[in-house]
Amino acid sequence: MIPVCALADIRPGEAVRVDGDPPISVFNVDGELYAIDDTCTHQDASLADGWLEGCLIECPLHASCFDLRTGQPTGPPAKVPVRTHEVVVQDGHVYVLAVAVPVTT
Amino acid sequence: MRTITVVGASLAGLSAARALRAQEFAGRVIVLGDERHEPYDRPPLSKTFLDGSASLDDISLITSDDNLLDIDWRLGTRAAALDPSERAVVLDTGERVVTDGVVLATGARARKMPGPAGVHTLRTLDDALVLREELRQGGSVVVIGAGFIGAEVASTARRLGLDVTVVETLPTPMAGPLGVEMGQVCAGLHARNGVRLITGVPVSGLVGSSRVRAVRLADGREIPADIVVVGIGAVPNVEWLAGSGLTINGGVVTDARCITDIPEVVAVGDCASSFNDHAGTVIRLEHWTNALQQPKIAAASLLGRTSVHATRYSVPYFWSDQYGSRLQFAGHRRDGDEVEVVEGSLDMSFVAVYRRDSRPVAVLAVDQPRLFGRWRRELASEGVLS
Repeated sequence: MIPVCALADIRPGEAVRVDGDPPISVFNVDGELYAIDDTCTHQDASLADGWLEGCLIECPLHASCFDLRTGQPTGPPAKVPVRTHEVVVQDGHVYVLAVAVPVTT
Repeated sequence: MRTITVVGASLAGLSAARALRAQEFAGRVIVLGDERHEPYDRPPLSKTFLDGSASLDDISLITSDDNLLDIDWRLGTRAAALDPSERAVVLDTGERVVTDGVVLATGARARKMPGPAGVHTLRTLDDALVLREELRQGGSVVVIGAGFIGAEVASTARRLGLDVTVVETLPTPMAGPLGVEMGQVCAGLHARNGVRLITGVPVSGLVGSSRVRAVRLADGREIPADIVVVGIGAVPNVEWLAGSGLTINGGVVTDARCITDIPEVVAVGDCASSFNDHAGTVIRLEHWTNALQQPKIAAASLLGRTSVHATRYSVPYFWSDQYGSRLQFAGHRRDGDEVEVVEGSLDMSFVAVYRRDSRPVAVLAVDQPRLFGRWRRELASEGVLS
C-alpha cells in the first residue's frame, strides 16, 4: 500500500498527488475517495491540478474529462482511460493499493 | 422532431451529434461535412501533427462509442443554402435534405493571401499534410501573422530545425486577445527561441512566379523564403446562409441558448455569434472549448430541454502551446482593463490577472496550470459582467 496522507488533509473537492512512477492522485468527492493515475492520457498534465465537478475531473490544460469511478474519458481530446486504484482508509490515514485495477475499454 | 441535420463535421458538429444522442433524441441525425475526413482534432495540426509526432489515428476524434450512436455521416458533402420555408438544407449538388431541426456548425476557414506554390494556410488536415511534407524538405520559413496559429507554426518549424522569421503588421502581436503589455511578453518567446520577429510592417507582396522566393514588406525589405505560412485569421463560413433570413453579424447571431432567428435552427462554434453570459454581450469565439461545450446547450434548446450547464463554460477559455511553453487564457479582455502579474516572473512562468473596475475579468498564465485553474474558477464565480 502506498501511504498518501492523513484523511483530514484531503478536503472535499480537492486532490492530493503522490509522486511516483507513475504519479497517482486521490480525489475527495463529498467524502468519497477516488484514486487515479495523475497524468492525463492526452498530454503531460497533472489531473490533480484540474477542475473537479462531481465525479468528473477536467484536465487543467486541454479540458479532457475523466470519470474518477471508471477512469474513462468522457470527452475529447483524450481517448485513452486513466487507470483507477483502490483507496484504503486506516486509522485516519489514506493509502492507495499498489495493484492497479485493469483498464476496461 | 424526427430528423435533425448537423451542418459541419468538425468538433462542434460531432459534439452536437453526440449531445443529441446523450439527450435521448431517438430520431434521425444526419451530419454533413465538406471535408472528406472523419472528425479530427485541429489543435495538433500546428503542433504534434505538424512535427510528425502525432499520427492521423492520434488526432481522430471518433471513438468506438460513436459507432453506437447511429449517425448518418455524409462526408465530402457541401451545404449550399438553407431553405427554412421548406425545412431543407440544400446541397451544392442540388439535393435537398429535408429536416425538422438544423444545427449550424460550419466553423471558419483560414483567411488566404494569394500567392505562388510554397504559400500555405493551416486550417484543415489536408493543409497540414501538405505543409508537413514541405517542412520536411527544410529551408527557410516566413510566417505571416504572429497570432496563435502563426506562433505555433513558427515554434514547430523551429523545432524541426528550419530557419524561421515571423512578420506581423501590428506593432504588438496578439494585442487583441492579450492586450499590448502581455502581447509583448508572449511575443518575446520567438526571440528567446531563435526565431526572428518583425513587427509593425505590413506585407506588400509575395515574390516568386512558379514558386515563392521571398516575402516583400511595405518598407521595401525582402525576406527570403522557401516556405511561407499565412496565419492572418479565420473567416466564419456563413455566406451560404445568405437568403435564409438568419441574422448574420460576424457569425450567425444566437441567444445564450444558441437559438437563431428561427427556433428550429441553432448555431454553435466558430460560425456562431452568441450572447455570452460572462462577457455580457454577443461574441464569436474561435475556441476549441467553445466548439465542445456550446453544442450541448444547443441540443437541449432544439429538443426543448433545460440544459444543465456548468458555469465555467460561459467563461471563454483557450490555450496555445509554443516553444514548449503553455499559454492559457480565460475570460474576456477589453481595452482599458488593467493587467497585473500576480505570480511568477515574465521571463519564466507567470500568472497575470486583468481587472476592470477592480473586478477580475480575465487571466493569462504561462506554465502555471494549477494557479490558472484557480483563477478560472474565480472568474466563473464572478458571474455576469458589465
